[in-house]
Amino acid sequence: MIDSLAALRLISRHRGNGVVVATMSASFLWRKVSTLPGLDVLHSDVMGKTSSLGLGLALALPDRPVVVLDGDGSLLMNLGSLVTIAAMAPRNLIHVVLGNGAYLTSGNQPIPGRGVIDFPGLAAAAGYPSVHGFADAEGLERGLGRAMGQAGPVFVYLKVAAAWTPARARPTRARAALAHLRAALRDASSRIRVPRAGQRLSSEDRALTERIAALRRRAGRSRG
Amino acid sequence: MRPGPPFAERVVAELRACGVTHVIYLPDSATHALRDAVEREPRLTLVPVCREGEALGIATGLIVGGKIPVVVHQSTGLFESGDSIRGFALDLRLPVLLLIEYRGWSPNRAATDSAAVFVEPILRAWGIRHYVLKAGADPGVISRGAAEAREAQAPVAILLARTDRTA
Repeated sequence: MIDSLAALRLISRHRGNGVVVATMSASFLWRKVSTLPGLDVLHSDVMGKTSSLGLGLALALPDRPVVVLDGDGSLLMNLGSLVTIAAMAPRNLIHVVLGNGAYLTSGNQPIPGRGVIDFPGLAAAAGYPSVHGFADAEGLERGLGRAMGQAGPVFVYLKVAAAWTPARARPTRARAALAHLRAALRDASSRIRVPRAGQRLSSEDRALTERIAALRRRAGRSRG
Repeated sequence: MRPGPPFAERVVAELRACGVTHVIYLPDSATHALRDAVEREPRLTLVPVCREGEALGIATGLIVGGKIPVVVHQSTGLFESGDSIRGFALDLRLPVLLLIEYRGWSPNRAATDSAAVFVEPILRAWGIRHYVLKAGADPGVISRGAAEAREAQAPVAILLARTDRTA
């Protein structure tokens, strides 16, 4: 069993300049580890559709990795998206499923078929050319970088421990997060340098992220 | 003018004039000519989906990434897509065009097919501006709808009303 936060830290290390789309409990935790929040879309408002949102981004931005952080319960709401994604075959899409076997954010209720469903098997049968499953931290540490580096669509299933998410750790409002991302992509994505671990942002990058944050606040207010 | 492939070609030309890049599509018997026309247009990318609810999630990602998608499916798909329309198209104020095949529409009598009875009331309830495009009519309403979607930062629906099931 893998600790979700540790897994997300590892994903963040291998993210490069990728856009990350996260939903439900993954979106709560991702905010704690992301080093490029300007390129994060944290969207939990349409349950199950994160993989579809990620597909659209991957098709629009073929030269940039797009990492989808999905849940097993969320994916069950949109299983057909596995087939849609495999058929469109975006090489830059990495579809990560945090498999905790539960609807964590609604109170830890078990998902249908818990312990029976073979998510990597579903992805492989749908046509994902690169499918990986990890059940322990050591294997994940050894294999994640190679998995995320393969031509996509890549499917990565992580067997994670169910951990309760504090109710107040709500995701950024969807519209504000999307406005944030849109601004980052439209205005300056090519100028965002990916900081190495421990590296400080340059003054130019800092000014850029401040402008993006200002836009994000405006978008949040306009929603009312 | 008879509906059919020539009309579908005109619709595709109109989509191109609007700058559309991607057509997110779920087949139905009345829009197969449109699908064929999209496939013949190399500047359009067809994105077939398994269920209509996927379409607006994909459209959101494409728009954020700088592309211009349209969504094409039957009116029944609109009902299926309810939560995606709410959470993506309406809450995010998505400037997206929905081309919806108006199943059960008839020029001469009141609709009896519930797929036709409910579609316009539901669009009104959601506050989605919509137009009916009859087969063979001027597809310029598509460009107008796209412009309104951009201006209002909101979805606009074009209901494709056919007089037969083969166009």
